[in-house]
Amino acid sequence: MRVNLTVNGERRRADDVWEGESLLYVLRERLGLPGSKNACEQGECGSCTVYLDDVPACACLVAAGQAEGREVRTVEGLADGDALDPVQQSFVDAGAVQCGFCTPGLVVAAHDLLRREPDPSDEEIREALAGNLCRCTGYEKILDAVHSAAGAR
Amino acid sequence: MQGSDAVELVRPDTLEEALAAKAERPGAVPLAGGTDVMVELNYDHRRPEALVDLTRIAELATWSASGGHVRLGAGVPYTRLIDELGDTLPGLAMASRTVGSPQIRNRGTVGGNLGAASPAGDTHPVLLAAGAEIEVASVRGARRIPADTFYTGVKRNALAPDELITAVHVPSAAVPAEQFSKVGTRNAMVIAVCSFALVLRDGHVGAAIGSAAPTPRRVPDAEAFLAAELPWGTDAPLPDSLKRRFGELVAAATEPIDDVRGTAEYRTHALGVLARRTLTWAWDDHRGSVRACA
Repeated sequence: MRVNLTVNGERRRADDVWEGESLLYVLRERLGLPGSKNACEQGECGSCTVYLDDVPACACLVAAGQAEGREVRTVEGLADGDALDPVQQSFVDAGAVQCGFCTPGLVVAAHDLLRREPDPSDEEIREALAGNLCRCTGYEKILDAVHSAAGAR
Repeated sequence: MQGSDAVELVRPDTLEEALAAKAERPGAVPLAGGTDVMVELNYDHRRPEALVDLTRIAELATWSASGGHVRLGAGVPYTRLIDELGDTLPGLAMASRTVGSPQIRNRGTVGGNLGAASPAGDTHPVLLAAGAEIEVASVRGARRIPADTFYTGVKRNALAPDELITAVHVPSAAVPAEQFSKVGTRNAMVIAVCSFALVLRDGHVGAAIGSAAPTPRRVPDAEAFLAAELPWGTDAPLPDSLKRRFGELVAAATEPIDDVRGTAEYRTHALGVLARRTLTWAWDDHRGSVRACA
């Protein structure tokens, strides 16, 4: 089947999509947007977090056909040209990136948190990022990055 | 993950179209937040003949309140339930806060919880304790199923093959004495090891267990004991002996198994503890409302 959707502000079309295929597969394998990571495929790890109609969701749990006509914003859509979003820049500056596999999902989840809560507490950050697993950092540098991004906004 | 097996994707815009599709294809699997169904597809555990996407049907994602009840559309995501109905349905909102993660709560729905009918589903004990009714519909018409008779076996429910879950009807808490408690290995992304819900309302007690029997179920002996023994309408503290007896009756009603998340023995013990704790909290709610009225 064909799926039409808006991704990062651009009208996109994917063809030969299998009806049971996930939005994540379409983004990565058909639309050339590998920023959203494929790790668990069961909504446990948050590495594939994208905005779907402005609401963060695991792209692996959205059927591609459910995204027909909808708006998707991926981690690739956060930067303004070469200027990183403050969340992205803070992750770099704070050393919150190690292997990097969880980073795109964490960046989107943190980006959403800061839209809702401009100056979150540690507890609010931990709660907001509870659906994003990182096996390298121990999360401390990620907390630092989110605080720093809040200050930069 | 690519499969050659054909799966039809039906995307109705109205409930009427969805019911017609389900009547034509009784094997079709309803798809909303995808938190269960997409996992099964991604892992090739299930290859249904058809999927019916319910996320385009606007009326399923609405709720309304009247006459001391809330009619909650089956497609309202947990995040909206928590944000919009936290005060009106405190027990259900409490259980919803323990579901998955923010991303999961943004997509998952009470309708999906009911469709999957897992013994460990977080909202079931609250729906049972609150005396909720499940509204289902087919091309033959609509009916309401009391939560008591909805869960028929492990991951099985009382739906006919052509029916879809459209809403739940939940008595709202005029005096919010509703509590939910859940045991898990951490605070997020946890399938309940066991769970417990308690609703105190006008001399009536609703209490139910999750993940400790083949289905979520009420605990009638414990409910009857508490309804008779509670000093309703007073702000008296509860004696430890009463809390202990309640915990024993709840523990006695469990019928758990050993599995990867915990042993049967642990579940029985933990439910006795959860019962005592939630009783303390719910009675504190009750006492607070008595004092507020005095």
